[in-house]
Amino acid sequence: MGNAIAFYVISALILGFAMLVVTTKNTVHAVLFLVLNFLAVAALYVLLTAQFLAAIQVLVYAGGIVVLYLFVVMLVNLKRPPEDHSAPQRRPWLGFALAGVVLAQLGAILVWGGAGDPVDPHTMQNSDLALNNVERIGMLLYTDYFIPFEVASMLLLVAMVGAIILAKREL
Amino acid sequence: MIDTYFIPLVKILFVLNATLIAVTYMVLLERKVIAWVQVRLGPMRVGPYGILQPIADAVKLILKEDITPARADKWVFTAAPILVMVPALITFAVIPFGPSVHLFGRDIPLYITDVNVGLLYIVSVASIGVYGIILGGWASNSKFPLLASLRASAQLISYEVAVTMTLVSLIMTAGSLSMVKIVESQFNAGLWFIFVQPVAFVLFFIGGLAETNRAPFDMAEAEQELTGGFHTEYSGMRFALFFLAEYANMIVVSAVATTLFLGGWLAPFPNVAWLNVLELIPSWMWFLMKTFAFLYVFLWVRATLPRYRYDQLMRLGWKVLIPIAIANVVVTGIVKVLF
Repeated sequence: MGNAIAFYVISALILGFAMLVVTTKNTVHAVLFLVLNFLAVAALYVLLTAQFLAAIQVLVYAGGIVVLYLFVVMLVNLKRPPEDHSAPQRRPWLGFALAGVVLAQLGAILVWGGAGDPVDPHTMQNSDLALNNVERIGMLLYTDYFIPFEVASMLLLVAMVGAIILAKREL
Repeated sequence: MIDTYFIPLVKILFVLNATLIAVTYMVLLERKVIAWVQVRLGPMRVGPYGILQPIADAVKLILKEDITPARADKWVFTAAPILVMVPALITFAVIPFGPSVHLFGRDIPLYITDVNVGLLYIVSVASIGVYGIILGGWASNSKFPLLASLRASAQLISYEVAVTMTLVSLIMTAGSLSMVKIVESQFNAGLWFIFVQPVAFVLFFIGGLAETNRAPFDMAEAEQELTGGFHTEYSGMRFALFFLAEYANMIVVSAVATTLFLGGWLAPFPNVAWLNVLELIPSWMWFLMKTFAFLYVFLWVRATLPRYRYDQLMRLGWKVLIPIAIANVVVTGIVKVLF
């Protein structure tokens, strides 16, 4: 019961903050609502007894990546009048079509996905998975998901090298 | 009912109040210590030996006029000091002050909670604290605070990398992220981790000085260059929140360093039999004594060392501390595999 209430409250917060991110005029405020959105997602992870993911969500997204967004947004002056933003080559139908595709995908997951039996949160809280969160995720990453993990880290390395080359051409 | 709601609430109230009192008295201690180093007396007027000075300070700050600059972003300007203070305070949720004590017929553990990702929780909450500094500088709509906040946040992000890499090697030694388990593994090893990971300890201490914006890394408050720092436009109680958050962060870093490297609530050399006399002193006293010894070193360093230049600070962070921290992780891994 308590878990269900918490879930709906947190979900409403997530959706509300997401709406505010795209509707707020002031860009810095939009970025701040994005932070709140990420924090609410972290709360959802805690509700699912995935404390490790929650901590990483806060550390990497809220505390790391969005700080860099904020730097860019603060230093670049975005207070231009709205005419400049509404470019003539905007295609509203393309946006609607893409949104329709996403909606269809979500519907397809609901209809054919068959997510298996939902796990009772009360049994989850004392299970091995909840108590040894970090160990279990570590084991999975270095055994079953070893290749995707390595590919992702290669990708990040390439991005880092690329950024350094772009920034320092005459190194 | 009592176990799930009442006792944790009492503990939270107690820890919050104790922390806030400790924070205000840290200000007095700092003034006193620096005065003694400079052969002065420090505050002497309010109460015997100036012991009531923090109360006088608090009254003064509350009564001061609270100014919001004309073209400041009002909401963000108000939120920024709170965003600095709150992360510093909620960190205490996972800091263990001692093992269980027997009170009123129950065993009460001397920590609010022990989550299995305790250390990660501290690191991630600390990373949220950067927002208060960035936003405080930005929302003031004034150039020096903006420059100071950019400096401060760049410094915090850089040193966060070094500190987190350092913690990795410690976690490898302890084999857990839970703060209580880290102390217990020091008990089982019979050694404080400062003797196992001396390099990590030094790195963590330097990183901790930089993370709390303390001398010699107090770039953000370089009065001579920035007319104050990111809080130049703040006055009254909102300024006080920034000011006190710095001390709260110092206490957090000291408490974390005590837990990770100095054996938390353990007495010195828990494995030596004839030193068992030391356990007559209760465990939480050991924790507090170690934490305060640490805080004293913070003040001592401030009274002794001049401030770094900004480019030197960045070079130290990225070209010295981070490589050493990574090397330390590699060496720890090799030693762990071999022995």
